[in-house]
Amino acid sequence: MTKVVVAMSGGVDSSVAAALLKQQGYDVIGMMLRLWSEPGKEESNRCCTPESMALARRVAAKLDIPFYVVDAKDVFRETVVQYFLDGYARGETPNPCLLCNRQIRWTFLLDHALALGADFMATGHYARRRTADGGRQELLRAVDLAKDQSYVLHVLNQEKLQRALFPVGDYPKPEIRKIAESFGLPTASRHDSQDLCFLAGDDYRNFLRRNAAELMRPGQIVTREGKILGEHNGLANYTIGQRKGLGAGSPVPLYVLGKNAETNTLLVGTQEELGSRELTAREVNWVSGEAPMESFRAEVKIRYTAKEAPAEVMPLDNGSRVRVRFDAPVRDVTAGQAAVFYQGDVLLGGGIIQ
Amino acid sequence: MLGKIYLDYAATTPVDPRVLDVMQPYFSASFGNPSSVHRYGQIAEAAVESARETVASVLNCRPDEIVFTSCGSESDNLALRGAALAMREKNGANWIITSRAEHHAVSKTAEHLEKYYDFKVEWLDVDKHGMVTPEMVKKAVCDKTALVSVMYANNEIGTINPIQEIAEICRANGILFHTDAVQAAAYLPVDVNALGVDLMSLGGHKFYGPKGVGALYVRKGTALVPHLTGGAQENGLRAGTQNVPYIVGFAEALRLTHEEREQRAAHVKPLRDRIIGTVLEMIPDSKLTGHLESRLPNHASFVFKDVDGNLLLQLLDAAGFACSSGSACKTGNPEPSEVITSLGFSHDWALGSLRVTLGKDSAPEQVDSFLKVLPSLVDQARKLNQR
Repeated sequence: MTKVVVAMSGGVDSSVAAALLKQQGYDVIGMMLRLWSEPGKEESNRCCTPESMALARRVAAKLDIPFYVVDAKDVFRETVVQYFLDGYARGETPNPCLLCNRQIRWTFLLDHALALGADFMATGHYARRRTADGGRQELLRAVDLAKDQSYVLHVLNQEKLQRALFPVGDYPKPEIRKIAESFGLPTASRHDSQDLCFLAGDDYRNFLRRNAAELMRPGQIVTREGKILGEHNGLANYTIGQRKGLGAGSPVPLYVLGKNAETNTLLVGTQEELGSRELTAREVNWVSGEAPMESFRAEVKIRYTAKEAPAEVMPLDNGSRVRVRFDAPVRDVTAGQAAVFYQGDVLLGGGIIQ
Repeated sequence: MLGKIYLDYAATTPVDPRVLDVMQPYFSASFGNPSSVHRYGQIAEAAVESARETVASVLNCRPDEIVFTSCGSESDNLALRGAALAMREKNGANWIITSRAEHHAVSKTAEHLEKYYDFKVEWLDVDKHGMVTPEMVKKAVCDKTALVSVMYANNEIGTINPIQEIAEICRANGILFHTDAVQAAAYLPVDVNALGVDLMSLGGHKFYGPKGVGALYVRKGTALVPHLTGGAQENGLRAGTQNVPYIVGFAEALRLTHEEREQRAAHVKPLRDRIIGTVLEMIPDSKLTGHLESRLPNHASFVFKDVDGNLLLQLLDAAGFACSSGSACKTGNPEPSEVITSLGFSHDWALGSLRVTLGKDSAPEQVDSFLKVLPSLVDQARKLNQR
């Protein structure tokens, strides 16, 4: 019997994923990660509150599958949280969920799953996997485009995709709720908050103040022309495209254009200056395992919630980096977020915006 | 039932079918309340009192020295809280002496008494086998000691304490002595007069009785303050309508255990010794926890260096073997257990504990197949730990 570990969260999507696999005849095991939070807030990590754990356990009992909690606190702190702090130290706006998917879900947890004798690991992500000619695995957008989560999975390679199952990616979300009801499973979604799990509901700025106070040094607010407009209260407090709260006296509305961590300056400009035609991305992962040699056309998504924009993608340094040239300027290109390239439904790869 | 091999009899045991049989009539047919005047009540009362006599005969005590409770933990709570409060009222004694290797039912109750009732707790260190020696107790007692509580046999590491000698010291100093015999009762004699204890806790499900029922032996003349107040049941020490079928089941399970104790021990001991011998020989960086000789005959426990004990349990479960670790933890929050830590193991050893406990239905073939897979699973857990 084919054995599959389902990464469960207590939410409707992973619960249905487990139910569908069980129905399809797999030998299903439920697993849940215990992740890190600041001392004293251990029970408040959004991804593994005691309530969600109890819920996942109930679902597992209902489906009559084994369920194990795996401790990932140390490795999560060392990798994901460190990455978050390092990103802000570089003046970027990091997306730690990407690293969590690569290092925690699809490495740490996958290793545990394989150690238990699993052939596959499944998650409740809205994405699809397809086997192309020659056995190559492709990563596809979900059927429900509004729910598509393939963006955060661009870090997967062939080896991991061979082991991956995304059972809910084939269904529209309302259908998932119906399936949950038909199995008698809880139908609650974790509210689609953009908050990071380890912030435990707190503002990321407070978290940084407590854990990396040195990042909150005041510095100058400058224009492209080098004109000093005022003082900022720490680069990490600002996001690209932000308009409010700059406190810089100016007759025209000003927006955050960029950050320079070396000089600790915040670059601002007018709305017209906000768009960029080009970006460079590093640490590029090509899902196929082979970096293209030549430029290609693609739709590029520059953050989880952004709409794709048509562009030309040029591989650099044997594909470890790329330059992306958009057909029309796009707003709020943010260093630290990922640029992910699609052709139609197929996700080709992605990297971190510099 | 699950097609798996159960090696966790220290956690709980299945109800013996013979026990279930004698319980059956008291659910629906003879359902009366033992406190009622009518015949229904009389029949129920007779069942409870006959159970009390059975328990008393095994414990070699008087029936009115037995208090039925809802579990071993409740018995520990009643013993510690009840005796400590009563002793302080009597002579102002406000020290409780207990060990660092006790079950939480005792240690957390002692902490509670310290925090909310202004008692002082003296925690006895244990030796490297997890044993409390009579000398330690002798050194610790003073005229302010209200109560000493030392467990009969340790649930995590199987070590048997010299209860008789500790009881003698307490007796000589006029101090009450309680022992938690919840884990011990399945395999060790529980004659309270031979042991010399004043208070002794038992829990039914550790010896093929049902869960949800326990008993506390209270030596005649020992004052206790009840912690569950209400009706006058159980000599006024434990209010609440008695759980008749479970009390009947408890007594029958204890009676059978007493009757079959030697043959059960003779059955599990060689299997235990095979486990201990093979593990220590086959698995590098492995150590026995607890005492080599003075340990429960069904109990083998180990620590493995650089192993996440919780992960090892998951690997074992997936391979079809139900075991347990020192830190019984389903939430994936690995903290080394106080008991293992009290033995002096460093962090890299203390997290990797494994407890394998046998029962009367354990078969040699089960032990063989367990020992066949364990070394490779420990190895696998070590590899995952290195990431």
